[in-house]
Amino acid sequence: MKILVIGLNHKTANVEIREKLAFNGPKLEEGIFGLRRIPAVKEVAVLSTCNRVEIFTCANNTASAVDNIKNFLSDFHDMPRNDFEKSLYAHTDSGAIRHIFRVASSLDSMVVGEPQILGQLKDAFDFALSKKTTGVLLNKLMKKAISTAKRVRTETRIAENAVSISFAAVELAKKIFTDLSGKSFMLLGAGEMAELAARHIVNNGVTDVMVANRTYDRGCELAKEFNGKPVKFEDFLNELQRTDIIICSTGAPTYVLFKEQMQKVMKERKHKPVFIIDISVPRNIDPEINKIDNVYLYDVDDLQDVVDTNILERKKEAEKAEKIIDEEVEKFIKWMSSLDSVPTIVALRQKAEEIKNEELEKFKNKFPEIDEEKIKAVEYLATAIINKLVHPPTVALKEDTEDRDELIAMIKKLYGINGDENEE
Amino acid sequence: MGTVLFELALTFYFAATIISIVDIFKGGKESSRLMLFITGAGFIIHSVSIIYRYIAAGHLPITSMHEASSFFAWCIVLIFFFLEYRYKIGIMGSFILPLVFILMLSSSVLPREIRPLSPVLQSYWLGIHTFLAFLGNASFAVACGIGIMYLLQEHYLKSKHLGDLFKRLPSLQVLDEINYKLITLGFPLLTLAIITGALWAESAWGSYWRWDPKEVWSLITWFIYALVLHVRLTAGWRGKRAAILSIIGFLAILFTFFGVNLLLKSLHAFS
Repeated sequence: MKILVIGLNHKTANVEIREKLAFNGPKLEEGIFGLRRIPAVKEVAVLSTCNRVEIFTCANNTASAVDNIKNFLSDFHDMPRNDFEKSLYAHTDSGAIRHIFRVASSLDSMVVGEPQILGQLKDAFDFALSKKTTGVLLNKLMKKAISTAKRVRTETRIAENAVSISFAAVELAKKIFTDLSGKSFMLLGAGEMAELAARHIVNNGVTDVMVANRTYDRGCELAKEFNGKPVKFEDFLNELQRTDIIICSTGAPTYVLFKEQMQKVMKERKHKPVFIIDISVPRNIDPEINKIDNVYLYDVDDLQDVVDTNILERKKEAEKAEKIIDEEVEKFIKWMSSLDSVPTIVALRQKAEEIKNEELEKFKNKFPEIDEEKIKAVEYLATAIINKLVHPPTVALKEDTEDRDELIAMIKKLYGINGDENEE
Repeated sequence: MGTVLFELALTFYFAATIISIVDIFKGGKESSRLMLFITGAGFIIHSVSIIYRYIAAGHLPITSMHEASSFFAWCIVLIFFFLEYRYKIGIMGSFILPLVFILMLSSSVLPREIRPLSPVLQSYWLGIHTFLAFLGNASFAVACGIGIMYLLQEHYLKSKHLGDLFKRLPSLQVLDEINYKLITLGFPLLTLAIITGALWAESAWGSYWRWDPKEVWSLITWFIYALVLHVRLTAGWRGKRAAILSIIGFLAILFTFFGVNLLLKSLHAFS
């Protein structure tokens, strides 16, 4: 039995193909059952997100399984095979295990280290579990994928640093204010990026929101959206005294806030710290303001620098994560191969029993005069001999050695066990 | 026995200090935990050694420079653990343990014998007055360490140099809050120490206040911290300014503690 993953992601397929091959809503259940009906496919789970579609399966004959799955996808999604085949990847054995572990640990994500993927994987697995389409192998694999992802998260700092400007702004705010609850926030202007950053700030628990925009109506609209209060643009300076965090993006060609004004504001608010994010280009806040005590001014380039260093940091951490994954893949392969030895041991015993029974029959036919009691004694002797003979290979099979695969093959050959009855 | 315990405590503090300094440059959760564990072990041994000496001397062991330095260090570690329990800031040790180690080291090179206490000083005031004074000074010492952390973090945020240490240092708000709390703890303790000192002086020497150098310097320290609190509440001197003031205040304490004993002639001198 081999683990097989077929899938596509944001690197191999554009959004059009990803959309068409996605298993959304009711399609997921239909798809799982459809895949499970393919004779070569033994276990199935499907992960479908906006960035990837992954089909996790177990199969004995992977080549035919891959072929059948591709045909199924073509039928199911009503799309010619040629259109998507090039975007698909297929991994088997250790490659497949590694792939799943990397996906779970968010090393394969568009934003490396983003945490959502693990939750999505858990959901996908729980769904398959509830539909009973998985078995021993995939269940174990999924559990290991989740624990590997957790190990990666605790032992590396892959998910610790913000890698978008909005997150970087929140991260910095938390280094000034600890947490944002109870803080007041002003959005100055309404650029698109400023709006996104504002949403992150608001989502992090800011209680008091003000929006000041040149066109008052648009300001009202945004204020409503953020559960805040609109402020006339001409009046924003009066509100600064009680504002802890400011995001600015007005589109004005000059500064809208100068050092002297801010100095006055600081005095009024008894020098309580202020965090100002100026996303506008050209800048709208006098850079000199950063020199005032307890005022922290970041412009868009500063934030981009933060993001860039964090991305670099994540890359370094990703290397550590790959090592953890190597270890976990190796452990899993060991576990899988321990499964293989069990049927071999059973087959070996069976073979020995067969030989014993055969020879006993022959013996009885050859010497019909021997009475029942003596036959029993002979049978006892035969059993003792086969037990003695079978014992050492059994022990060897149970042992966890590196060359066990070879050992299994060799024992099968030596004892003439043509196992794999259940393989095609 | 007492000596062995003291040396052992010193060794533990030394190890913890080394780890805490390495922690600044290349640290993580594990090294912080190890540092806390070793410091904790050192603290327990240190406590036992102080109790041991208390029993041997019959009063709070605080009447020689050796004892005083050691007791000062003990008070600092006590407050350190209190803060660590409340705020869980692993990196804090890096800014406080070096001072603990220096105090213990200076204690270790000073004469250690237990000398008989002069009859004038044999009073229950000894324990009360000195304990209040040391605990107060220890909270100012920790406030100084927190102040240094604040200035460092402030510098990182202003210069936009957001490295590894920036990530491990807590937020400015937390540091400022701890600094403020420590000063509001230390200030009444120092006040009470001065008052109990005056009462004791009256009963021992016959007058409340004798303009002894130690008294003068304690008063100077008291005024510095009174100022710190005053400007904070009235003019909003928080954050950076409060941090700088708490460092200056602690320098005054260090002078009161070491300078007065070594350079000026004082009734408080350990004779």
